[in-house]
Amino acid sequence: MQNLINQEVELTNSWALIQDDSADFSQQNIMIPAMYWLENQELFSDRTDVSIWFSGDADLSLFKGKLTNIPVIGINFPAFADGRGYSLARLISEREDYKGELRAIGDVLIDQLYFMKRCGFTTYLLKEGLSPKKAINYFETFNAPYQLAADIKEPLFRRKS
Amino acid sequence: MYIYDSYDQSIVDERVAQFKDQTDRYFSGELTEEQFLPLRLQNGLYVQRYAPMLRVAVPYGLLSSTQVRKLAHIARTYDKGYAHVTTRTNFQFNWPELKDVPEILKELASVQMHAIQTSGNCIRNTTTDQFAGVTSGELIDPRPYCEIIRQWSTVHPEFAFLPRKFKIAVNSHTTDDRAATLLHDVALKIVKNEAGETGYEVYVGGGLGRTPIIASLVEDFLPEKHLLTYLDAVLRVYNLNGRRDNKYKARIKILVKALGVEAFRELVRTEWSNLKDGPGTITQEELDRVKGHFTEPAYEKLESSKDLELQLSENKAFSNWYNRNVSEHKIAGYAIATLTLKKLGTPPGDITDNQLDATADLADKYSFGEIRSTHEQNLVLADVKQDDLFELWKEAKALGFSTPNLGLLTDMICCPGGDFCALANAKSIPVAEALQAKFDNLDYLHDLGEIDLNISGCMNACGHHHIGHIGILGVDKKGEEFYQVSLGGDAGPKASLGKILGPSFARDQMPNVIENILNTYVDQRIDGERFLDTYRRAGHAIFKERAYAKSN
Repeated sequence: MQNLINQEVELTNSWALIQDDSADFSQQNIMIPAMYWLENQELFSDRTDVSIWFSGDADLSLFKGKLTNIPVIGINFPAFADGRGYSLARLISEREDYKGELRAIGDVLIDQLYFMKRCGFTTYLLKEGLSPKKAINYFETFNAPYQLAADIKEPLFRRKS
Repeated sequence: MYIYDSYDQSIVDERVAQFKDQTDRYFSGELTEEQFLPLRLQNGLYVQRYAPMLRVAVPYGLLSSTQVRKLAHIARTYDKGYAHVTTRTNFQFNWPELKDVPEILKELASVQMHAIQTSGNCIRNTTTDQFAGVTSGELIDPRPYCEIIRQWSTVHPEFAFLPRKFKIAVNSHTTDDRAATLLHDVALKIVKNEAGETGYEVYVGGGLGRTPIIASLVEDFLPEKHLLTYLDAVLRVYNLNGRRDNKYKARIKILVKALGVEAFRELVRTEWSNLKDGPGTITQEELDRVKGHFTEPAYEKLESSKDLELQLSENKAFSNWYNRNVSEHKIAGYAIATLTLKKLGTPPGDITDNQLDATADLADKYSFGEIRSTHEQNLVLADVKQDDLFELWKEAKALGFSTPNLGLLTDMICCPGGDFCALANAKSIPVAEALQAKFDNLDYLHDLGEIDLNISGCMNACGHHHIGHIGILGVDKKGEEFYQVSLGGDAGPKASLGKILGPSFARDQMPNVIENILNTYVDQRIDGERFLDTYRRAGHAIFKERAYAKSN
């Protein structure tokens, strides 16, 4: 099974991931493809139990100003070596100033958690079979990194002085 | 040179701990081969034909004698007693055991070294002019900027999984380019604007490999404080838009070409407008702090050496070496000496543990304890008193470093090739050896003058064959090794790519083919003309005709 964590504890996953556009959208607590949501906003405007997820090729300019009230935004890593999700996460959390839950989904492995946290993710749906207890130890690999990012707003050279 | 503070040291130490844990999990089966692959690559570890190959970062080619002694120790203790200087000025070990690598990284960290991001699809080691800080004609010392880029790129959280590798080079020389800058993903040329302010010309999308392209000018003046926010914008545009479906089309050069430079510039500027003047902007304090590590050593006030003139007039061998391997220093009475690693019978760029120790001793004795590695796979002592050159030459000669062939035909760039590398289509070292053996007459080599001959064992072009005046590329034809020759490449400020001569040759034909090309040059040249100039003037056709005329 897939375990959900944040940076401190294991969480219960209450969102059902909808992968394709032909699914049953009437069920509760669904996380649906972002483009489908955008193109059918009138269907979901009254619902507070609809979240969305982005794929790596998402065009965020289409979602400008529309993300604020979405409870959870997922970003999919189709393969752990596909790093587009890091940039998308930073744009959503820093540029769009999204304050809700930003969730990494897909090929989410232990050695990428530190990078994901730095880019603004707040929850992580671990790949099948990975231990949540173990994974929680992998958010603090580097104590004082050089770069500014979503979590630390200034680069090291400004923090030092 | 840059000395780590406690923050820099912590990052390197934490990286060692991280890799130790990753290696343990790989051995226990917790990490699959596929999952471990990018993790080890980002620590410089390839698994090659015979053993893992560990590539150690030498940021912008600068080393202390202490670091060089550590490399000697590693070569002796964990390898077969030698190391290899790469075309990114890094050091490579060909025979370490995977289980020893965490310990090797720990040893490196103890002398402020690491192997972070020396391979993998991430930001690689930044390179620059090997004569930085000591050559005249330089606008300002480029190394502080390289160090600032090193720190920004080290474990960058957003750019650890790019579509493909990413290489940055910085040049600050007003007329020369010794770092093949325009063949990089990002090339920064340090310039001053009309108001006298420092900034950069920014070029993007150069590279070798299967599709060699010279970088395009994207900004003609980026003020110096905006360096990191602008790089963040370039990398973000690349990370989001670069192709990931085909590794041969994944470099930023393909993106720039597909979009066109205008559209690419627009995307970058739009992204940058959100980052510009933000907290990523370099502060004057930080610039001053890093520059403070690259101050001049304690030069003495010297006259030009009188002894040197006498030594040169009395000793032909010394004078040959001086004329080829010694370059002018910006301070009177000093000189820059290049120790060549291109001796007959040794693969280009290879150096033994004892030679490494001896180099460290020479650096301590003659050059303020600093050594530089070059992308042409040689070593440099950058601050030698002219009065010491004769003694240095005698010692270098005894060590096998004094072949007076810098910039000549036999000062080849050559990748490890099929002897070591799992990617290679063909061997490259035996071709280099055959050419070194055939063209070993120094008078002839000096008469031929400057010729860059570069050899790669496959299309990935680690041996920079596209930018050799003469380029040789190993190709595989139905399981047999053949070699394709190109002419007219140039790594300098007016960079150009070589043109393929025609059908490839068998390995044993190569010395004769190169001889035919050289004879064509000698017949065609007008006095004083370099090979490249003759080729450009006389044209491709005549070289082609002569190369194929007798080559069977």
